[in-house]
Amino acid sequence: MERNLRLIDNPVDRLARVVEALLVIASRPLTVQELATASEEDGERVETAIGLLAGRYREGKSGIVLEQVAGGYAFRAAREAAEACARLVERPVQRGLSQAALETLAVVAYLGPVTRPEIARIRGVAADSAVAGLVERGLIAEAGREEAGGAIRYETTPLFERVFGLANPAELPQLDDLGGDAEEIRARLESVAERRGA
Amino acid sequence: MSAVPVRELDLDLEAFQGPFDLLLTLVLKEELELADVEVAEIVLAFVERLAERAPVDLEGCGEFLVLISSLLELKARELFPDELELEELASDEAAEELAERLAAYRRFRAAAGWLEERLAAEGDRFFRVGPAPLAPAPVRTLARQEPAQLAGALRSLAKEPPAPSLRHLTLTFPPVSRFLERFRAVLRSRRHFDFEDEVGSLPRIEQAVAFLAILELRKRGEIRLGQPGPFDPITVWSGISA
Repeated sequence: MERNLRLIDNPVDRLARVVEALLVIASRPLTVQELATASEEDGERVETAIGLLAGRYREGKSGIVLEQVAGGYAFRAAREAAEACARLVERPVQRGLSQAALETLAVVAYLGPVTRPEIARIRGVAADSAVAGLVERGLIAEAGREEAGGAIRYETTPLFERVFGLANPAELPQLDDLGGDAEEIRARLESVAERRGA
Repeated sequence: MSAVPVRELDLDLEAFQGPFDLLLTLVLKEELELADVEVAEIVLAFVERLAERAPVDLEGCGEFLVLISSLLELKARELFPDELELEELASDEAAEELAERLAAYRRFRAAAGWLEERLAAEGDRFFRVGPAPLAPAPVRTLARQEPAQLAGALRSLAKEPPAPSLRHLTLTFPPVSRFLERFRAVLRSRRHFDFEDEVGSLPRIEQAVAFLAILELRKRGEIRLGQPGPFDPITVWSGISA
């Protein structure tokens, strides 16, 4: 009895319950700073509380999982409940993303804030409808205007990171590691140009 | 929507059989002579595929045009190297730019592929999506103020403002008779005149009085008036000579 009482009164455990409550009412990931401000605690203690919660809310142990995503912490459903969840809720954000939308999203994710003409230049086709679709889904958002010309710039949103399960944008693979044959193509084309010049 | 990516367009040409994407790769790797490739056949294949599908895949058309024009440019350079000698530097630059654009595009295409795989892998993650909860609005407090100073500010606002001057609203109308005489004099020397030419340079108030004079002359049967349509120029004829 005495032992139980001591556990309940543990300040870290109490803070963990507060953080748990904050994460339950939030509909987006909360940063350590936001949790610290709301609970009037310092960040380090909040992180300790999060560690405690992460142990409780994990795959295989709970139907709710605490994850580090989009620069913060959030609860999500355990993967084992995915099928049941899919029967209950629609997911319009990630459903039916076209190849054009994915390519546009990739350009915005790597180069953002970026304008529509810049996206079109890379993809070789107009990006207007793809950009509009991604804005509607909430995966990208306006991020000010270009100084020269005033074209609207776009960048990815925290929802993008959340949908793709990224803790932060740095989790995207290095662009140089992708499309490995690009250098080779360039060298070949250059050699064609050189031979024609000779 | 049954749009198939342009790059997956199936080609059955004399020199090549397979998807368009593979053709591009082979050309870029110089494993296929572009001179042997019938570009017109590719265009035909695309147009036939386009005709089979509705609605028209505009994005696919755009992508196809970009790719086919790049191919045509490369082919033209290969077929007519001498004609382009003067522009050799420019063609090098064009080839370089094409290579860079293709390389950049391939990287982003690969990134899109990565995102697609990631999305599939994360497909069993469900989470709550909705507007962020409302945070309490921060209370904005005013700095301490001296009551006398506030009263002074209020007093200046409560003061009766000076009455606005209406002098500029007073209008002086010239007598209608002045214009009656003037128009009669004009019509003695000419058979007709254009109203706007006659009074266009006068102040608006005088133009209005002149118009009254015209109406008066018309009423007395001294003139005839003509105007083809609303807001068109008004022509005034002498009524006596008619």
